[in-house]
Amino acid sequence: MASTLETQQPPAGAARSIHQRTLPRYAPAAVFGGCLVIGAVLTGFGLIGTVVLGTVIYLVVIYVLSRTVESSRKAADRVVTGLVTSAFVIALVPLVSVIYTVFSRGLPVLSATFFTSSMRNVVGEGGGVFHAIWGTVYITGMALVISVPIGILTAIYLVEYGRGWLPRQIRFLVDVMTGIPSIVAGLFAYALFVLIFGPGIRIGIGGAIALSVLMIPVVVRSTEEMLKLVPNELREAAYALGVPKWRTIVKVVLPTALAGIATGVTLSIARVIGETAPLLIILGITDSANFDPFSGRIATLPVFTYYEYIQPGVDGSGEGRAFGGALVLVLIVLVLNAVARLISYLFSPTKA
Amino acid sequence: MAKSIDVSDLNIYYGDFLAVEGVTIPIAAKSVTAFIGPSGCGKSSFLRSLNRMHEVIPGARVEGKIIIDGNDLYGAGTDPVAVRREIGMVFQRPNPFPTMSIYENVIAGMRLNAKRMKKSEADDAVEKSLRSANLWAEVEDRLRRPGSSLSGGQQQRLCIARAIAVEPQVLLMDEPCSALDPISTSAIEDLIHDLQHDYTIVIVTHNMQQAARVSETTAFFNLSAVGEPGRLVEYGSTTKIFSNPDNESTEAYISGRFG
Ligand SMILES: Nc1ncnc2c1ncn2[C@@H]1O[C@H](COP(=O)(O)OP(=O)(O)OP(=O)(O)O)[C@@H](O)[C@H]1O
Ligand SMILES: [Mg+2]
Repeated sequence: MASTLETQQPPAGAARSIHQRTLPRYAPAAVFGGCLVIGAVLTGFGLIGTVVLGTVIYLVVIYVLSRTVESSRKAADRVVTGLVTSAFVIALVPLVSVIYTVFSRGLPVLSATFFTSSMRNVVGEGGGVFHAIWGTVYITGMALVISVPIGILTAIYLVEYGRGWLPRQIRFLVDVMTGIPSIVAGLFAYALFVLIFGPGIRIGIGGAIALSVLMIPVVVRSTEEMLKLVPNELREAAYALGVPKWRTIVKVVLPTALAGIATGVTLSIARVIGETAPLLIILGITDSANFDPFSGRIATLPVFTYYEYIQPGVDGSGEGRAFGGALVLVLIVLVLNAVARLISYLFSPTKA
Repeated sequence: MAKSIDVSDLNIYYGDFLAVEGVTIPIAAKSVTAFIGPSGCGKSSFLRSLNRMHEVIPGARVEGKIIIDGNDLYGAGTDPVAVRREIGMVFQRPNPFPTMSIYENVIAGMRLNAKRMKKSEADDAVEKSLRSANLWAEVEDRLRRPGSSLSGGQQQRLCIARAIAVEPQVLLMDEPCSALDPISTSAIEDLIHDLQHDYTIVIVTHNMQQAARVSETTAFFNLSAVGEPGRLVEYGSTTKIFSNPDNESTEAYISGRFG
């Protein structure tokens, strides 16, 4: 190895070296700090101005500095690192801002009564989200019960059985469904039940169907991807043991893909649990808990949040409840994400 | 018990691509037949057509006749699933089920077919199969660990154990020893010797000595040119093929003066 390196070296010698001068590790941080100060002075200590101007100055300074001390390649590397980091921070801003606002304004509202009482007979202070939590949980649960079998069976058909033009058409339709605006899904479910029961209908199952329209394509797509990842060799191994195709799918393919499918399903719940528009149309809002999914209005967290915010009541206490409802929804989604990770950890086949 | 196989004029296609052409060969019951030949000449394809695994690949099909103990393998009334229960297979690459433990992998053939068995029966089947595949000593104390936690060679022996656990009447082995060390290889060869009293065995191998050691009959496949279909050049008793083959290319291949 050493000899090849030597022979490749130009005769001039020192021109080619694997050693290079480098900026110290703390240099970028120090330069950035300095640039922030300059930016602050130039913009009169405004937060946004300081950060934006400071970053721009930093990019210029680090480039010049790195170019003189190090090399042009390192300089480009440092500038791009700076740009990528800025993009990442910009992407984080709305997320952090939303989480901060929801927690800071929602947390003070949370209390035992908030979780255990509905809005029945509440005027002004007090009341809670009990009815809306239940509405969200069982409307989403029903949507899940409808979507998971349809979604998984469709994906199984597409991956394991479909040949020819039909699977292509189905895939296309599923892609179209993925892009359906949620309000359209709500109008579809509403129109469906109006046809059956007449205008003005409010019915829980309708909300579940609206959410299913949004969930099914997500479940199909994620399950399909997971099934495709199952190596063909495993199917062949089962066939060679004289196992029929359907048993191979049920006992070999699905268990192998289970972690991914479960994660996909959990994330599809997270996707629809915050849907407001379709539920607004078909479920409306109500002040008390309604446990009958086949008749009457049902409150759900997103619609509850919306109504509390636009109709805060005479003393304006609804706004607090709106943030409380939003916080509960965010917490549910966070829990679902954690559950998805747990599932994929517990069921992944490589786990020893 | 063991079955003889009669192949006549078999063509094997992948879509429009003719991979193997015009194979005619009788495979005797209770014997070991070795397939040898250069890479890509269609040994695996031919082997897979013997238990109807070939048609699992989309667009793949065969033409011609295969008769197993008087039954037409590709006849209208033949159930491929039933065929594969009688004709087991060990693949070129090890493919244990990743969701199953070593123990479950061995009895997968029974479990996946929902065959009821007592715990003691299952234990016995697992131990017997793993011993035959020369894997028992290595995994005895970790039968509940996942099958994918084994080394490549161990996985291959696990797959062999899985294939013999269902006691098929014919065993097709596609280069079963290509990932094994000499000790395991010789254990597998011993296993083949033991099994041939009751089973019909077909083995694909790139190892000439192995073909010479284990088989009674040897069949040599070859490609006349790249893109041409593979053909069966000749077959005959192993002693004859290795000492005095009829065809010049067989002699060239066996003695290593090939291509
Ligand atoms: N799934 C497939 N789809 C299309 N063509 C295939 C497929 N599998 C094999 N072939 C083709 O069929 C021919 C025979 O392949 P085969 O795997 O049977 O060769 P082989 O003799 O087993 O080779 P090796 O010794 O390398 O395992 C090759 O030309 C190969 O490209
Ligand atoms: Mg092969």
